[in-house]
Amino acid sequence: MPCRTASRGPGRVMAQVAMVMNLDKCIGCHTCSVTCKQTWTNRPGTEYIWFNNVETKPGAGYPHRYEDQARWKGGWTLDRRGRLRLKAGGRLRKLLTLFYNPELPSLDDFYEPWTYDYESLTTAPLSDAFPSARPKSQLTGRDMRPVHGPNWDDDLAGAAAYAATDPDLEGLSEQVRMEFEQVFMFYLPRICEHCLNPSCVASCPSGAMYKREEDGIVLVDQDRCRGWRFCVSGCPYKKVYFNHRTGKAEKCTFCYPRIEAGQPTICSETCVGRLRHLGVLLYDADAVLEAASVRDEKDLYEAQLSVFLDPDEPAVEAAAERDGIPHDWIQAARRSPVHALICRHKVALPLHPEYRTMPMVWYIPPLSPVTDAVHATGYHDDDPDRVFAAIDSLRIPMEYLANLFTAGDTTVVEGVLHKLTAMRAHMRARQLGDPPDQRLLDSVGMSALDVEDLYRRLAVAKYEERYVIPRVHAEGSGALMAQHCALDYPGGVADQAAHDEDQLAAAPPSLPGFAAPGGGSQFRDSDGRVRFNLLGWNGTGPAPGLFGDGSTR
Amino acid sequence: MSAFDLWWWIILPYLALAVFVVGHIWRWRYDQFGWTSRSTQLQERLLLKWGAPLFHYGTFAAIAGHVLGILVPESFTRWLGIPEETYRMFSSIGGTVAALAVIIGVVLLAFRRTTVPRVRATTSPVDWLALVLLAVVIVLGIIPTMGINLLGSGYDYRESVALWFRGLFAASPDVSAIANAPLIYQIHATAAWAILAVWPFTRLVHAWSIPLWYLWRPYVLYRSRVPAHPTEPGTGGRRWRRIGVRY
Repeated sequence: MPCRTASRGPGRVMAQVAMVMNLDKCIGCHTCSVTCKQTWTNRPGTEYIWFNNVETKPGAGYPHRYEDQARWKGGWTLDRRGRLRLKAGGRLRKLLTLFYNPELPSLDDFYEPWTYDYESLTTAPLSDAFPSARPKSQLTGRDMRPVHGPNWDDDLAGAAAYAATDPDLEGLSEQVRMEFEQVFMFYLPRICEHCLNPSCVASCPSGAMYKREEDGIVLVDQDRCRGWRFCVSGCPYKKVYFNHRTGKAEKCTFCYPRIEAGQPTICSETCVGRLRHLGVLLYDADAVLEAASVRDEKDLYEAQLSVFLDPDEPAVEAAAERDGIPHDWIQAARRSPVHALICRHKVALPLHPEYRTMPMVWYIPPLSPVTDAVHATGYHDDDPDRVFAAIDSLRIPMEYLANLFTAGDTTVVEGVLHKLTAMRAHMRARQLGDPPDQRLLDSVGMSALDVEDLYRRLAVAKYEERYVIPRVHAEGSGALMAQHCALDYPGGVADQAAHDEDQLAAAPPSLPGFAAPGGGSQFRDSDGRVRFNLLGWNGTGPAPGLFGDGSTR
Repeated sequence: MSAFDLWWWIILPYLALAVFVVGHIWRWRYDQFGWTSRSTQLQERLLLKWGAPLFHYGTFAAIAGHVLGILVPESFTRWLGIPEETYRMFSSIGGTVAALAVIIGVVLLAFRRTTVPRVRATTSPVDWLALVLLAVVIVLGIIPTMGINLLGSGYDYRESVALWFRGLFAASPDVSAIANAPLIYQIHATAAWAILAVWPFTRLVHAWSIPLWYLWRPYVLYRSRVPAHPTEPGTGGRRWRRIGVRY
């Protein structure tokens, strides 16, 4: 079923580069976090910042209990008249609390970053005792005791203390919580959601944050950021960070330089489980506000689906061309794996739609913990009826998953898990040469072709199928550049000084009395001969000894 | 008028004003990235919760008081029919309230800045300079407000300091007015000029970025990639251009 029939014609069509993560395939290796950190946040002031982090669920998360919006007041809410309002209060309240933001998490809610005094290991004198490297705070350089970290409760470590504080467990009974901790665990990789209705952008008093028209990436203009830090508290996912060294906000950039070049984000590129899908979604920008304002939180998933447009529809294509979306972007939207998983198969779900930000990084809920639980009860998971029955009876993970992905509506999550189970059963039957079970397919409303398409996307999709990213159209910017500035700007083509920087290394120091007049230098090679170094030679003077002194010829 | 008076009460203030203006233009054009409040709420929040609002709102009140007392001539309030006694009563009580807020705030903030290691680590040398000058100005501003005008016999700075100050902007400063004022007023004024001179080079520039536009701008902002792209390298992305040249 298409996302939306254009019965009254779409409003302003915009394109969004979105992501879907298949949680069944996440092995919790943190490769995405590490490569992201190496790429973006390995600078002073960003030690504690993880644009991408992987959380164990159930768990407290990073920063600690960020999902507790009763405390942090992130995202949007409806006022008494049903209008969308920032949960942290109106514009005037923000300006009045400019000097102390009551909803800002402290660094200890993230963690105090530390390193180790490694030098003490190499310089330790000979001794009977092993030398140890002491942890040092990266804020103050003083000795410290690490008490919290970005994935402190990895793999349910200290679950009694940490997982029990997971805000998503609220509403589940005490006994359920205890059982649940023993049977159920999965990983949740998180990046910025690049929302359609971003509350961080709405919270920024300086207007430094914006959503890009072309690809929907939400960015911080650091030249206009004045460090008022309301974006940090405004984001319900706590994915905008404050660089404590520069005093400016920083956030996941969706690797926009890579996206512009048609490459996947670094977290997707390096994902070991190949669980991330990237692609273009077309949406109706004029319908976003209305969809984010639906009264019942449980309708937000459907409301967000209704905002997305079907690129195969002629009316949508015409509207997209009218609104300046390039032809190859429309083509890419048709091949988009994200569109297929979100709109066609409807197996991907938004993270916490109840924040009303219309997030654009979606998740396929994990089936594995459910089948594990089925195994534990002595059943085999090849019988879909058993798994269906188990999905229905396993109220625990279902409610938990529903708290994460559908604002508590378990029927949607159950439907997705039914589809995933049917896919497994159907593909197993095909593998074994059994006839397809039409009753099974009908029960999830999918055709055999649909199921096989879903299987191909989730199980064997290659690089080009997982990442369908059209390049940015920058044809115009070159012309602007030429009109705008001369070639001899610093670093430009005609700037002589810029070319000196091309040298990878400085020339070796010239020998006394051997400085060549046209630049360059002379040095003595390993055989003891005087040679000429071309680095720095301007071509005017002689180059004595360039080919050796000839004595060995 | 001695050469010292000329230097100290005319040339230095004008120099400070020139540095203030030129420094701001320079900083705005070349260091947008460094233009920030440099908040340390992330590092420490308990002391800041009380210190920062007290200090900032107290300072707003103090600045308003200075505008009333220094920029508005005494003849104007007299024309309104407000006698000197009433004015001094009002200014010393209002000033004392502001002063208490500022002094409590600044003590909390100074304590925090010097003793909390996380906050101390973020402080640059020019920040220390600005903080010391601020402390001098605040202490030497509060002593006359509370010590002389509230509790003591009172001193009509509007007949001396204010004349000189307003004269600076009319290009005819009355040097004898300030040169004969009590020493405490002289140091207060000198430190204030020093603050103006270092202002553009410190985090104090965030004072010009109070985001009032936020009150009426749309919530979600979109920006197109293309028009923002051609920023000239080395200009800090300023979008100035020659008159008559089209983009």
